[in-house]
Amino acid sequence: MLKVIKNRIEQGHRTSKYPKEQINLYKRFRGLPKVDAKCDAALVKRCADACPQDAIDAKSCKIDLGRCVFCGLCETLSGGRFATFSQNFEMGTASRDDLFTTGNLPALAEHSKKHFKKLFGRSLQLRQISAAGCNACEADTNVLNTPFFDLARFGIQFVASPRHADGIHVTGPISKNMRAATITTFEAVPNPKVVIASGACAISGGPFFGSEDIIGDLNSIIPVDLYIPGCPPHPLTTLHALLNYFK
Amino acid sequence: MDKLLHIQNNEKVNRADIPHLPFDTFRQQLLACAAAGGQVVQFFAYEDQGVSKLLAVMRTDKLYVGGCDAPDSFASLTAESEKFHMFEREIGEQYGLKAEGHPWYKMVRYHANCSGKKDVFDNDYNQDIPGNYPYFSVEGETVHEVAVGPVHAGIIEPGHFRFQCCGERVFHLEIQLGYQHRGVEKLLQSVPMKRMPIIAETIAGDTTIGHGLCQAQAIESLAGLQVDEGAKIVRTIALELERIANHIGDLGALSIDVAFGPPAAYFGRIRGEYLNLSQILGGNRFGRGLVRAGGVTHIMGDEQKQLLRDKLDELTPEVENVSELIFSSPSVTGRFDNTGIVSKENAEKIGLVGYAGRACGLKYDARVSFPTECYGGLPANSNNRTDGDVCSRARVRREEVMHSTRLITSLLDRKEEAQSYTPQEIQLASQSFVVSINEGWRGEVSHCILTDEKGGILRYKVKDPSFHNWTGLALSLRDEGISDFPLCNKSFNLSYCGFDL
Repeated sequence: MLKVIKNRIEQGHRTSKYPKEQINLYKRFRGLPKVDAKCDAALVKRCADACPQDAIDAKSCKIDLGRCVFCGLCETLSGGRFATFSQNFEMGTASRDDLFTTGNLPALAEHSKKHFKKLFGRSLQLRQISAAGCNACEADTNVLNTPFFDLARFGIQFVASPRHADGIHVTGPISKNMRAATITTFEAVPNPKVVIASGACAISGGPFFGSEDIIGDLNSIIPVDLYIPGCPPHPLTTLHALLNYFK
Repeated sequence: MDKLLHIQNNEKVNRADIPHLPFDTFRQQLLACAAAGGQVVQFFAYEDQGVSKLLAVMRTDKLYVGGCDAPDSFASLTAESEKFHMFEREIGEQYGLKAEGHPWYKMVRYHANCSGKKDVFDNDYNQDIPGNYPYFSVEGETVHEVAVGPVHAGIIEPGHFRFQCCGERVFHLEIQLGYQHRGVEKLLQSVPMKRMPIIAETIAGDTTIGHGLCQAQAIESLAGLQVDEGAKIVRTIALELERIANHIGDLGALSIDVAFGPPAAYFGRIRGEYLNLSQILGGNRFGRGLVRAGGVTHIMGDEQKQLLRDKLDELTPEVENVSELIFSSPSVTGRFDNTGIVSKENAEKIGLVGYAGRACGLKYDARVSFPTECYGGLPANSNNRTDGDVCSRARVRREEVMHSTRLITSLLDRKEEAQSYTPQEIQLASQSFVVSINEGWRGEVSHCILTDEKGGILRYKVKDPSFHNWTGLALSLRDEGISDFPLCNKSFNLSYCGFDL
């Protein structure tokens, strides 16, 4: 018992004050990329050709955050002249098109469907579906339940049964072997319900795009309301998206 | 084993030098190696100019390789040694080559084979899973069956578990995976080189460095790239940080599984601190984008070193105190002790690797046996309790956390700095073979590449430690209460996606 108390005192209070207070991530963290559209076209093409995810459109100089895995290669190759990754982790969007960006995303809160805010603003219960990703998205979603983030203080919880849920939070590129289970789980959630695609895989197939063993795009089988980009999304990216879309 | 070729970890081997044996000799050689205490590192099929072939890498204290032409059906090796059981099922599924006499021959991941041969499991792949697979069943008046998954009640990966129970007691647990199958090996054989590291890093997200490192080393070997000492230090530190973060998270989760809450909260938070150290090294909590063929993308300067040192100084006493809290609590040890035992004999038979193997008394640690990066000059770990139960697995992890911390601390004192990274064109040697082995946090991670006459990738084979260890979890449940499943499961904490590929 004394050890429990001793540890409790040593651990102290660790919950972050976000979103009341901003959190500054270390300078090496690769968040929202900023693109210099005036940069030399040949350099843009070189970055676009080298991009492992084919996420750069050389013509429009836009990066598709739905495909990008934030590896930072375009920043390295261009020496920061074409793209630089900022430490801004706030990247959720309400539409797929908004993810094609030069670095300015529309404010998520204004694009939230009003009835979702009314329905789920005070209490949101989500059923997580892990569908053939690499488990990094799941791991960094799980940490939202640790004391630092403490998701429950916002009235948001991940629940065991789809029957208890207000929506689904899907990670992974939906393998063919998970297609039926994903749809069945979605159908088991009572209406009205919300659908969240989290991570590059659920949005575009991510690192596995082109594989014949995956669906590769959640939106093609279930209409998506909220997109959270990243590979995996930083826990704060998810937290920001949930708070801004529903609160 | 006299007819197999002795090779080194990450050694480029001409394919022509690999002994190509008649199948019967090949089979006899592998079985003799297994009987002499050898284990299977890789055993897979591939097609070369329309001919199906088999290739195996075995380990004793050395590595051996050998191959043969594959008959469409062949006498199962599993019938004589359990060490081959999952590999033979995989060979059947991937290439339609049937192992006759395999005692439990069923699909591994549920997908059509790539050779166009008749499916050995008679599955119709136009149907969504489940396919045509018989579960082991027990009959009797008081016997009942519990089916769980694929979607589980938590934020975890999908898989199907079938328990055969009598009351609370589990006779047998059968685990059917495959839901996470996304065609990793096929992709690695067909995509442009630029996509390779991204896919390797997402074979199993929690083993990003382990798999990324295996691929980088294999490519460096085949492309003749040199890695400087500074980069090796960063890579070794990254792999050890990955180990610490995962072990810490699991120790916390084990604690909550026996309803002892405080350590779970503390370790949940502390795990995040270690992930943040990976973010300091390479800009991502899982180490994404750090390891690339030829080196590392971020050098570790004095600033990063100091940040790591300071944080480790702060965290290490906390980790010790919280560990002590867990292991000195009678309510925890009461549940950990003698639960989920895998005997050393069974562990040896099924080839358990990593901490799961070490907790059963198998000494194997790839960092010691086949060292890569900086491991050749670093001290090995030792384990005090190896009874094969949940407690042993938990204690081994605690010991590994402290050992890894010491390794990182000593590496931070080294002076060499990595050279800055410049992406380069990579050309692999033609008609070559390489096998790469690293001790990821779960155990032996191995990648294998075969190239064709133009230096293209003919076959890319991935093996996650979970490929061996899922069978260990199934065995640990025998004669246990079904309510101990979460505890046993977490003590192994295996990868679904690493297994499913």
